[in-house]
Amino acid sequence: MPFTLRRRLVATTVAGLLGTTALTACDSSGDESAAPAEAGPAALTYWAWAPGMDKVADLWNKGPGKEAGITVTVKKQASGDDLVTKILTAAKAGQAPDLVQAEYQALPTLVSNDVLADISKEVEGVEAKFAPGVWQQATLGTDAVYAVPQDSGPMMFYYRQDLFRQYGLTVPTTWDEFAETARALKKKAPGKALTTFSANDAGLFAGLAQQAGARWWTTEGDQWKVGIDDAATRKVAAFWGGLVKEGAIDNQPMYTPAWNKALNTGEQIGWVSAVWAAGTLTTAAPDTKGKWAMAPLPQWPGGARATGSWGGSSTAVTNDSKHKGAAAEFVTWLNTDPAALAALVKESGIYPAATAAQSGGALAKAPDFFSNQPTFYEEAAAIAKTTAPSAWGPNVNVAYTTFRDAFARAAKDRSDFGAALRTVHDSTVADLKKQGFGVAE
Amino acid sequence: MTSVTARTSAPAAGTTPGAAQAPPPTAGRPPLRRRIALLPTAALLLGAAYCLLPVAWVVVAATKSGRELFSTFTFLPGTGFTRNIADLHAYRDGIYWRWMGNSAFYAGFGALLSTAVSAVSGYALALYRFPGREAVFKVLLAGVLMPPVILAVPQYLLLAKADLTDSYLSVLLPLLLSPYGVYLARIYAAAAVPADVVEAARMDGAGEWRVFTRIGVPMMVPGLVTIFLFQFVAVWNNFLLPYIMLGDDEKFPMTLGLYTLLAQGSNTPALYTLVITGALLALLPLIALFLFIQRFWSLDLLSGAVKS
Repeated sequence: MPFTLRRRLVATTVAGLLGTTALTACDSSGDESAAPAEAGPAALTYWAWAPGMDKVADLWNKGPGKEAGITVTVKKQASGDDLVTKILTAAKAGQAPDLVQAEYQALPTLVSNDVLADISKEVEGVEAKFAPGVWQQATLGTDAVYAVPQDSGPMMFYYRQDLFRQYGLTVPTTWDEFAETARALKKKAPGKALTTFSANDAGLFAGLAQQAGARWWTTEGDQWKVGIDDAATRKVAAFWGGLVKEGAIDNQPMYTPAWNKALNTGEQIGWVSAVWAAGTLTTAAPDTKGKWAMAPLPQWPGGARATGSWGGSSTAVTNDSKHKGAAAEFVTWLNTDPAALAALVKESGIYPAATAAQSGGALAKAPDFFSNQPTFYEEAAAIAKTTAPSAWGPNVNVAYTTFRDAFARAAKDRSDFGAALRTVHDSTVADLKKQGFGVAE
Repeated sequence: MTSVTARTSAPAAGTTPGAAQAPPPTAGRPPLRRRIALLPTAALLLGAAYCLLPVAWVVVAATKSGRELFSTFTFLPGTGFTRNIADLHAYRDGIYWRWMGNSAFYAGFGALLSTAVSAVSGYALALYRFPGREAVFKVLLAGVLMPPVILAVPQYLLLAKADLTDSYLSVLLPLLLSPYGVYLARIYAAAAVPADVVEAARMDGAGEWRVFTRIGVPMMVPGLVTIFLFQFVAVWNNFLLPYIMLGDDEKFPMTLGLYTLLAQGSNTPALYTLVITGALLALLPLIALFLFIQRFWSLDLLSGAVKS
């Protein structure tokens, strides 16, 4: 198990991660982690950002939780990298909540800072309920289990059905066809674009690279190996860079008012996104309801059918928790029990990671926005099964930040994406070294 | 614009009671043709637009429904204002008002405490001679230069040792001492509380505490009001300190609460309309406070005029 050694390697250098300010607390953390799980009534706190999570927790508190004497209180947080920093700070002071909602790419950071407890014994048998590619994100490829997957974001291609028909376009099944479709549209309607390349959410590009077979962070012995500038990612970067350079697709960033408008008016007629796109489209392009359709992501030649993932999160138990067994019990219920998953779908609008819950039940009906595609969730479940494994490392936030800067500039100037990729790779490696990790070249 | 020209041409308006109504002292001569300085006026107008445009945007955007927000012209008022307020009120059983109350508590009570501390320390630094006075003052000056953001994490770790994190106190305690407030109070006390008056009070047999509360504080009121206002606004807008200190969303101030509406994970769209409406409502108490406190500032000018 390479992780124990690495963790020790890391523990000494972590003080620097939070900045020199963390030095004052070095002596106050750590003891609690050795405490055995206590039986009997337990009151747990849970930091989560998903809306309606308190209602799902109420379901537990009134049902199985009442029988087991375990009460869960949800304290709603704002999602994102800031929350990871907040959890790290709280854990430094030994004040982390019992349970946290964590995005998959944040797990290695939390694990290498010794925030999360290994709950492999408590959640035995749960593994079978998830697709291997999803489960692997919670184990980081080790024998330990640091979290139980909650929701996942398999990627898909969304397009305007009516406009595709109007311009005589067919839905691309390969990336070559995707490029051809973009060019054909530009020829027929120069004012419109198939999609845009946006650098403001690195998760999208990471998912596309993942689909192509990239593994950005892997371990080699006790060392990290960074593969951001690997052949697969270079292929993806060259593909999108080429489309942007020749002007076949747009280069404006996503999630801006201008982008919303482009979607709403049909200036942009397609979007590479994930299963949760309906939520975004509902606010961004309310006038186009019922005009979109979802298809699998275009494929690279020669590979097995695959998709990447964009977004998704898990529930983890912290080392500060004095009731790890009780917390793990709740985590298992929350993410595998049919009643809990149905409530999560209804109250929080998530796409469950548990395979059995991905079709039928609460997801029998297509989202309102896609009422024209009644089999939406059946197709989505089939796509979700093909999710390629992802490989996250302890400084995803650094890679993502550099990505946003380097690729935003490259997209704006329509310049070389390969150079931008090199920049992201180099700064990620440099940051790992600075943090004191061993890095294999 | 009129106020701009008036201010440059008629200085000292309001310095003495009644001066504002009287014509400028140009008796005998015909009034000079006032030249409007074009460049400064234009620059000031530009500055005003720069500051007010975002506010105007918030006001207009708060009237738009979610559907109109991104699809209609930016400064075209929408039709959803009452709906937005109702939605905000309904969101999680009206937790917004709780956040508003929390903000008012942190800002009001916090500013009051901090003003009291500033008054005592500023007064002491200005009127007593004691060894180390200058050293203390220089440390304070250094404190003014230190952005409070840097201190948030160490403060968290210290309070964690006392098991005080995630409580109302954890937000109030770090705000207690404001170097800038003490600095301002010292400067103000040195100018507004004459040593002669303090000396006279002592001669009459007043104790130090009595001198401070009966002579010092009343003379310092306008300065203290300014400190209170600065602190109130600073705490009202504070984000990082409560962000690090608080885990319980029932104790969140408004800044933090609204942030949780924006970042709800990728599955859920950000609740832009609610956040914008919430931000607009959050402006109102500040505006009310400024209007209310204006009268104390004119008092400031009056008291300056009667000083011998």
